Amino acid sequence: MTPTLLFALVGIGLFSLGLYALIVHAHLLRKILAINIMGSGVFLILVALAKRTSETTPDPVPHAMVITGIVVAVSATALALSIMLKLNSETGCAELPDDV
Amino acid sequence: MTITDYLSLTLMITGAIFFLAGTLGLLRFPDVYTRLHALTKADNLGLGLIITGLILQLESWTVAGKLILIWLLVLLAGGCVAHLIARGALQRNVRLWKR
Amino acid sequence: METINLLIWSFDALLGLCLLWLAWRTLSAPDLYKAVVLFVAFGLLMTLAWVRLDAPDVALAEAAIGAGLTGALLLSALARLDPAVDDQSIVTQKDNRPKSESVQWAAFMSLILVAIGLGYSVLSLPLKFKGLSPEVTEQLVNSGVENPVTAVLLNFRGYDTLLEMAVLLIALLGVWSTGNKPKYDKPFSSPVLDFLSRLLTPILILVAAYLLWVGAHAPGGAFQAGSILGAVGVLLLLSGWRLQKDSSLLLIRLILLAGPFAFVAMAVITMMIEGQLLQYPPAHAGLLILVLETTATLSIGATLAALFLGGPPHLKNEESP
Repeated sequence: MTPTLLFALVGIGLFSLGLYALIVHAHLLRKILAINIMGSGVFLILVALAKRTSETTPDPVPHAMVITGIVVAVSATALALSIMLKLNSETGCAELPDDV
Repeated sequence: MTITDYLSLTLMITGAIFFLAGTLGLLRFPDVYTRLHALTKADNLGLGLIITGLILQLESWTVAGKLILIWLLVLLAGGCVAHLIARGALQRNVRLWKR
Repeated sequence: METINLLIWSFDALLGLCLLWLAWRTLSAPDLYKAVVLFVAFGLLMTLAWVRLDAPDVALAEAAIGAGLTGALLLSALARLDPAVDDQSIVTQKDNRPKSESVQWAAFMSLILVAIGLGYSVLSLPLKFKGLSPEVTEQLVNSGVENPVTAVLLNFRGYDTLLEMAVLLIALLGVWSTGNKPKYDKPFSSPVLDFLSRLLTPILILVAAYLLWVGAHAPGGAFQAGSILGAVGVLLLLSGWRLQKDSSLLLIRLILLAGPFAFVAMAVITMMIEGQLLQYPPAHAGLLILVLETTATLSIGATLAALFLGGPPHLKNEESP
C-alpha cells in the first residue's frame, strides 16, 4: 500500500467521522469542529491523490487548491462562530431546537 | 555512513528520548505547575539536541543560522507561555500539589 | 533498504492511525475545552501528514492557519459562550445529546455506506496519473516564479485567488454585522506578556517578509506570510492593544480592501491590455506577482486579526468597561 492510498483512506475515514458527528451532535460548536475535520479529510484525499505522478515532484495544482481551501475554511469557521455567539446571546443556549 | 552521520543520529535519538521524557512528565505529574516544568525543560533541551544533529548534516551556514533562530524562538515562546499559564492558574486558585 | 522502507511505511501507518484516533477523541470529548485543545493537536499532526506527502507549502499554511488561528478563534468563542458564569466553569462546558437512538443508528448506517462508496471510488483510480504537472512544468518558465505552487496560485489559477480574497472580505463583513462590540474586561496584564509581544512583533514581521520573498523559489508565499501577520495581530490584541486614533479606523479599512482591490484592478488592466483575464505579459510577470502578493499579504494579515477580534473595529476609549 503506497503512502497515497494510505492517506487517501485516512482522509475518507476523517470525512466519515466528521459527517457522523455533524449529524448526531446538537451543540453548534461541536458541529463547527466536525465541519473542520470533514474539510481536513477532503484536503488529505486531494493531496494524497496529487502524489501519484511518475516523477518525484507531486502535482502542484491540488496543493494550490488545498491552500485556498484552508484559508476559506478558516474564514467560514470565523463566520460560523460569530453566528453561534449571536444565537447564544439572543436565546441563551448554543443549540438549535430539536425537531426530530 | 560516515562518522558525522552516526553522531547526528545519536544526537537526534537522544533528543527524541528527551521529548519522550517530557511527555511522560506531562502524563504522570500531579498538577499544572510540575507538568509545565517538565514539559518546557525537557522539550527545549530535546529540540536543541535535534537541531544540533541536523546542523551536522547541512552544507551551508545560512540554513544552520535559521535552525538556531527557530530554536531560540521556541525557547522564548515556550518559557513565556509557561509563565503565563502558571500565572493564570494561580489567579484561578489552582492548588499546588503537596505530598 | 527493505527495513528502511518498512520503517517509513510503519511511521506513515502510525501517523494515519493517530489522526483518526485524535479526530474521534475530538468529536466525542464531553468537555468542549478539551475538544478544542485536541483539535489544535489534530491540526499539528495534519502538518506532519502534509510533510510526509511532499507538500511543504500546504504544511506551512496548515500549521499557521489550520492549527494555530482556528484554535485561537475556537478558544476565544468558547470563552465568550457563557460570560455570565465565572472562569472556573468555562472549563466544564458540557452539553447533552438529545438525538434519539434511531437517528444515531440511521446516521451510522449511512456513514458506513458513504465510506464504502468513497473507498471504492478512490481505490478504482489509476495508480500513476500525471495530472496537470507536465503542463505546469512546461509553462513554469513563462510564469515569472520558480515555485510551481506559487505559479499555480497567482498566475495560472489567479482567478481562484481573486475569489478567495473576496471570500475573506465577505466573511469579515459577516462577522462585523453579527458580532457584538466586544467588552473590554480587564486584560490579562503581565510584564512577561508585554515583553513577549514587544519582542516578537518585529521578529514575526521580518519572518513574514522573508516568507513572502522566498515564496518565489521555495516553499512559502503570500498566504503563509499573511497568516504570520495575522498571528502578530492576534498577539497584540491579546496583550490589550486597541486602535488609538480616529484615522486608524479608515486606515484599517483601506488595508483590508487593498488585497481584493489590487487583484480586481490587475484583472481589469490585463483584460484591457492582453484581452484575457489575469494574463500577465511574460516579461513583467514576476514583478506583477510580487506586487499582488505584497498587497495580498497585508490584507490577509489584517483580515485574520480582525476575524479574531470578533466585532466591528473600535477605538480604545469607546469600549464599555
